[in-house]
Amino acid sequence: MIWLTWRQLRVQTLVAAGALAVLAVMFAATGPQLAHLYDTTVATCGAHHDCQTAVSAFMSQDSFLQKLTNFVMQVIPALIGAFWGAPLIAHELEAGTHRLAWTQSVTRSQWLAVKLGLAALASMAAAGLLSLMVTWWSSPLDRVGPGLLDPGVFGERDIAPIGYAAFAFALGVTAGLLIRRTVPAMAVTIAGYAGVQVAFSLGLRAHLIAPIRAVSSLSLGRATSMAITTPGDHLSLGVTPSLPGAWIYSSQVTTASGSTNLGTAPQSCLPGSSTIHACNAAIGRMHLRQVVIYQPASRYWAFQWYETAIYIALALALAGLCFLWARHRLS
Amino acid sequence: MTGAVVLTARGLGKQYHRRWALTDFTLDIPAGQVVGLVGPNGAGKTTLLHLATGLLQPTTGTIEVLGGRPGASRAQLARVGFVAQDTPTYSGLTVADHLRLGAHLNPGWDAGMARDRIERLDLDPGQRAGKLSGGQRAQLALTLAVAKKPELLILDEPVASLDPLARREFLRGLMEAVAEQGISVVMSSHLVADLERVCDYLIVLVGSRVQVAGEVEQLLATHHLLTGPRRDTAGLPAGQEVISASHTDRQTTLTVRSGTAILDPVWTVSPVGLEDLVLAYMSRIPDTRRKPALEVQR
Amino acid sequence: MIEFHLDARSGVAPYLQVIHQVRQALRLGLLREGDQLPTVKDVVGRLAINPNTVLKAYRELEYEGLVAARPGLGTFVTGTLSDGSLAALGPLRRDLQRWLSKARRTGLDDESIEALFLTTFRSAAEEGEDIA
Repeated sequence: MIWLTWRQLRVQTLVAAGALAVLAVMFAATGPQLAHLYDTTVATCGAHHDCQTAVSAFMSQDSFLQKLTNFVMQVIPALIGAFWGAPLIAHELEAGTHRLAWTQSVTRSQWLAVKLGLAALASMAAAGLLSLMVTWWSSPLDRVGPGLLDPGVFGERDIAPIGYAAFAFALGVTAGLLIRRTVPAMAVTIAGYAGVQVAFSLGLRAHLIAPIRAVSSLSLGRATSMAITTPGDHLSLGVTPSLPGAWIYSSQVTTASGSTNLGTAPQSCLPGSSTIHACNAAIGRMHLRQVVIYQPASRYWAFQWYETAIYIALALALAGLCFLWARHRLS
Repeated sequence: MTGAVVLTARGLGKQYHRRWALTDFTLDIPAGQVVGLVGPNGAGKTTLLHLATGLLQPTTGTIEVLGGRPGASRAQLARVGFVAQDTPTYSGLTVADHLRLGAHLNPGWDAGMARDRIERLDLDPGQRAGKLSGGQRAQLALTLAVAKKPELLILDEPVASLDPLARREFLRGLMEAVAEQGISVVMSSHLVADLERVCDYLIVLVGSRVQVAGEVEQLLATHHLLTGPRRDTAGLPAGQEVISASHTDRQTTLTVRSGTAILDPVWTVSPVGLEDLVLAYMSRIPDTRRKPALEVQR
Repeated sequence: MIEFHLDARSGVAPYLQVIHQVRQALRLGLLREGDQLPTVKDVVGRLAINPNTVLKAYRELEYEGLVAARPGLGTFVTGTLSDGSLAALGPLRRDLQRWLSKARRTGLDDESIEALFLTTFRSAAEEGEDIA
């Protein structure tokens, strides 16, 4: 059965290996230089006082490969689900070869277990290998970017892609088994996977761990930037806290009693008035507070483990459904 | 091996959505014979065979094949060889790959026999199955089913889409395997002429029900063609069952099943060929209130 | 080794055809004592008929004492049907050919010749039984 599964997946596996090899070459060719550039320009930018230019120059390095990596990491799990998962059983049902396979001397469950198991392992291995390469290559960029918890980065590093691949694969197999036709199953798989991904990055992930709610007195020195506006003579302050690598849910400025309504703006802050110093001093006298709800960068790995575990649990549940369906409902 | 049975079914039925594909199937199929399953398309032949191989589960009733539940275990699967309708093969795999498939998936696989058959059939081991002709694919599928050394071989319309030469070649190969290994065969077809050569037991399935089942010799001995002047068929004595009747204004022709000789001098009695026998049952309007036709006793 | 053929349309059961062809071969000297009959596998592999058919025919011939099955080796001829030596066949065949040309010259067609022969053959057989 192992031989048959390998023989049936041979072409797909070789294509995947080839693609991985091509990417590996591209990464190997540019990765060390990228790290070197970081070490020589960005790491020392504080001493040279040119951090802004150094960082922006650095971030625009290898922009094609950056975009390609981004695209590949987003798309690979869906492709695994659609091209490895969906046809796994649907193709056999369409061609009628399941009537050949299920009347040899292996039971349906054995057949499914080996096929599903081997192909799932291959999917996870491919995704893991890809993620390993991408994480290594991107690590200098990640140090100056928005941090690993950023939604645009989180799902493309470390072990999360493995969970995604496992789930997309299982979703594909299940769709193929229930729909019995390859092409509609592929469509359903891609749509389903995209839906779950969106749900996670827009809402579910934020609820995995209770965020930290930090309240502190507003210190203008501690903020990385502050925007003071006076819409209709009301005071409005937008503060970006200095929490490198953190995932900030919300950042608000409140009065000492906790209200977000800051009242009317001080005279010195209205447009056309005196220097910024007077405005700052006036705000300082208001004893405002800064309320930040966030996840610190240190929780990155906790999130990786939780999310991967959930995706793999979903994959296992789908696999269980496949077994039950194949045993009792399929003809 | 009298008394040995390859398939036992009691009240077996299979329902799809609203339609019953097989109804109230009760039969003991004897071992050591080549059993023909004949009937029009949609009569339930494929359903019955899929129930026997474990590809389908019954809706009602029970079925036992070689004393075990179909498809229940590796041992059970190893004892039954199956060739599905349209002889599915993996079009991307070569002939040699298919043999390797058989070797890996069947503990009882006879690699030497498989190789010999392929050689004698002049099949190129390196040829992809998708490029084979219909007859060659059917022979490959038969080789796969036979080389695992089963006790029972089940074939679903294996020669339906083959040209006459390929059909004859297939049946030759099949009979050879039966003679060599002593396999029992259950084979479905809607062509009676082919079955006449190779079958010694016949099951007629029409409208999801068994119409008649028995040894071919017995069937031919107990069915007669009666011709005579136009008469009402109700006048026949009990024990003589009219299977089909046709009337002109002057003449009545009946196909009749009877355990005893027909003595009424008004009839001219002649034997019925197997094909005409089957056609008579196929044209009979199925009467669900009538008890299903009994198996012809030895 | 002889080869069997099957006339699917003759209305005669296949096993009877096999028996008939063996007896024919014995009479014509194509099969002699000690010769092996084709194996069941070979027969069905050529004719595509049920092996039970051939087995039944061979069993019947064995019952008549004409052949014997040796397990593992095959089925061999043990008896003969030499009720009249082969030498008599030649002259008999020539007589028959002469009679046939005579019948044709009188204007009989094939069906009539066959009918004449069969009815005479049957009534002679009955007479022979009455006498015996």
